[in-house]
Amino acid sequence: MNNILSLFTEEFFYATIRMASPVILAATGEVFLQRSGIINLGMESMVIYGAFFGVLGSALTGSGWMGLAAAMLAGTITGLLYGFIVITLKANQSVTGTAFNIVGIGLTSFLARVIWGIRELPVQVDTIKPWSVPILNKIPFIGHILFDHSPLVYLAYILVGVATFVIFKTTWGLKVRAVGENPRAAASIGINVYAWRYFCAILAGCLASMGGAVLSLVDLNMFVDGMSGGRGYFALATVILGRWHPVGAAIGGLVFGAGNALQMRMQAFGVKIPSDLLLILPFVLAFLAVVIFHGKSSAKPAALAKPYEKEATI
Amino acid sequence: MIDKKSSNQLDAIRSLSLDRLDFLVRRFERLFSFLVPVLAVLAAMALISVLIYALGENPLKAYKALAVGSFGTVYDFANSLNRAAPLILVGLGVAIAFRGGVFNIGGEGQIMMGGITATIVAVYITGLPIYIHIPLTLLAGFIGGAIWGFIPGYFYAKHGTNLIITTIMLNDIALGILSTLVKGPMVEPPGYYPQTPLVQPSSILPLIWPGTRLHAGLVLAVLAAFAFYIILFKTPFGYEIRTVGENQTAAKHAGINVFKNQIMLMLISGGLGGLAGTVEIIGAQYRLRALFLPNYGYEALAVAILAQRNPLGVIISGLLFGALKAGAGSMQRATNLPMSLIAILSGVIILFVIASGILMGLPRYMAKKRLAKMEETDGSPTNKSWLRNIFLKKEPGKDYE
Repeated sequence: MNNILSLFTEEFFYATIRMASPVILAATGEVFLQRSGIINLGMESMVIYGAFFGVLGSALTGSGWMGLAAAMLAGTITGLLYGFIVITLKANQSVTGTAFNIVGIGLTSFLARVIWGIRELPVQVDTIKPWSVPILNKIPFIGHILFDHSPLVYLAYILVGVATFVIFKTTWGLKVRAVGENPRAAASIGINVYAWRYFCAILAGCLASMGGAVLSLVDLNMFVDGMSGGRGYFALATVILGRWHPVGAAIGGLVFGAGNALQMRMQAFGVKIPSDLLLILPFVLAFLAVVIFHGKSSAKPAALAKPYEKEATI
Repeated sequence: MIDKKSSNQLDAIRSLSLDRLDFLVRRFERLFSFLVPVLAVLAAMALISVLIYALGENPLKAYKALAVGSFGTVYDFANSLNRAAPLILVGLGVAIAFRGGVFNIGGEGQIMMGGITATIVAVYITGLPIYIHIPLTLLAGFIGGAIWGFIPGYFYAKHGTNLIITTIMLNDIALGILSTLVKGPMVEPPGYYPQTPLVQPSSILPLIWPGTRLHAGLVLAVLAAFAFYIILFKTPFGYEIRTVGENQTAAKHAGINVFKNQIMLMLISGGLGGLAGTVEIIGAQYRLRALFLPNYGYEALAVAILAQRNPLGVIISGLLFGALKAGAGSMQRATNLPMSLIAILSGVIILFVIASGILMGLPRYMAKKRLAKMEETDGSPTNKSWLRNIFLKKEPGKDYE
């Protein structure tokens, strides 16, 4: 028993908070997008673009913050492109998202090989360094867990609050929700359905890429092939789990962060379970989460994944 | 003002012209369904060429190396066909499920589970004659994949659980199970490499082209494609599948059991994925390793979509992607372009085909516009219509599907 309890140390909780942040960033953007009636199944690609272009930007400029800017730019462009294909061209969102992910994983691995060649260790770049909140980080136990992180990690949690406020307490949020519930009714009172959906698509792309930048510029200082490791899909699962509410999604994100941190600590501890089985722990969690909370909820936007046509079709 | 009689006449003319236009549009759409995949492949290759060029390589040289790698020698050609066999099988599963409105991207996991169950039967059951052992192994592989298709299929059909999330999670879970098995319980003694022992000789698919490694898996895949073409278009079950895929509400009103249909589709689709893993094990690799068919489950999506979800089209697009996969290695050696280029190509092809939906809608849109114009003038179809001149060769009503 002593052994099992010793898994849950200060470091474990610290790692949980940090590892949850990419999923939370991506999920916050996805809540906006799904509230506007679009499901972004291409999130995995946006996460990996963020991770790759973050490293590329940092390598070219020598600054982790410029890397973050590059990641956000890449996410914005990808989000815009996704929006164009599913909003304007009205293509099937499942297929489009999946194709985005296939291209994303392939393209980043391809570019990394072509730009940096085959090396023993990937190129190491400047990172976004942790910034401890003064005074607060001296609080016993929780001080280190909560206040010794990189600014991007704080930002992830702050954005959850901001997103909750915007979605539920502002006119903007009301418009986004109207567009997702009943686009035709929203259009009839003068809301530009396409514009709001585009805006949400870009926001979701940008936030997912910021999540990717956390992976490559905060957790590590390099790009590794396929390093998104399913976080885009975890974010999708947390949105369903969290009933399309940013706080709910963040709690889901923390569960996956904990699953991940636990898996790593168990490996480090030499628990007698094969490492390949430990690695799938977060995936099993996500699978069970979507199966149990299967998303038949009144919070689910009514027009989710349905393209919007301006005039009635004959 | 028009009196009643001429108004009736006008209606008759209008309905006739609507019929004709509908017929024309259908012909156009059929033409487009052939043109779009070809254009999509060309456009994707052009886009990739730009990427290759921007990275300082010669695209022509890359494509030449690719072609030499896939068709250069008889041996290479046979290898391309061997790569195509599993792609056709998984792609077929994706295409059929997609016809019924079920989007299965769990091919990756279904391949692995089929590979596991097939390997168990092929390695540990001994003393069977070849004509029993091979079918038994294929059946085991089918069942393994079908189980892995049934799990997400059940939750999708029952609760509408997002199929993409569940299948992707199951892909990673299958990889974890497979890696554990080949390192532990199923490892070949004494356990130096993460792989199983060789399969029994009585379970190995025969080679069908002397002097090459071409195995009977391709024959199986092509036969399966023809069988599912007949099932899909000539049987009541196929009709039900297509109805569910086109309009679920209408299918329910027609008394079709949508729940049962979707579960069946995921069982078949998963089973075909399992079969793909099986033919690779008992046809080409003879033992199970962790990543024995990497990315095939995802590329199957490109195969199915490029084929416009038509089982016979899957054969052609499967052969194309098989050749791409077989040639990628030689391209990598000749040009320093990594093999992940093929993944990019398949993703871009999917995007082009799926985004061309708006192109597919073009004939109907133009026809409607034309009709509106005709009604504006005098309500009769004009003989000058360019649509008519080019495409009206058959009488309407004869060639409707």
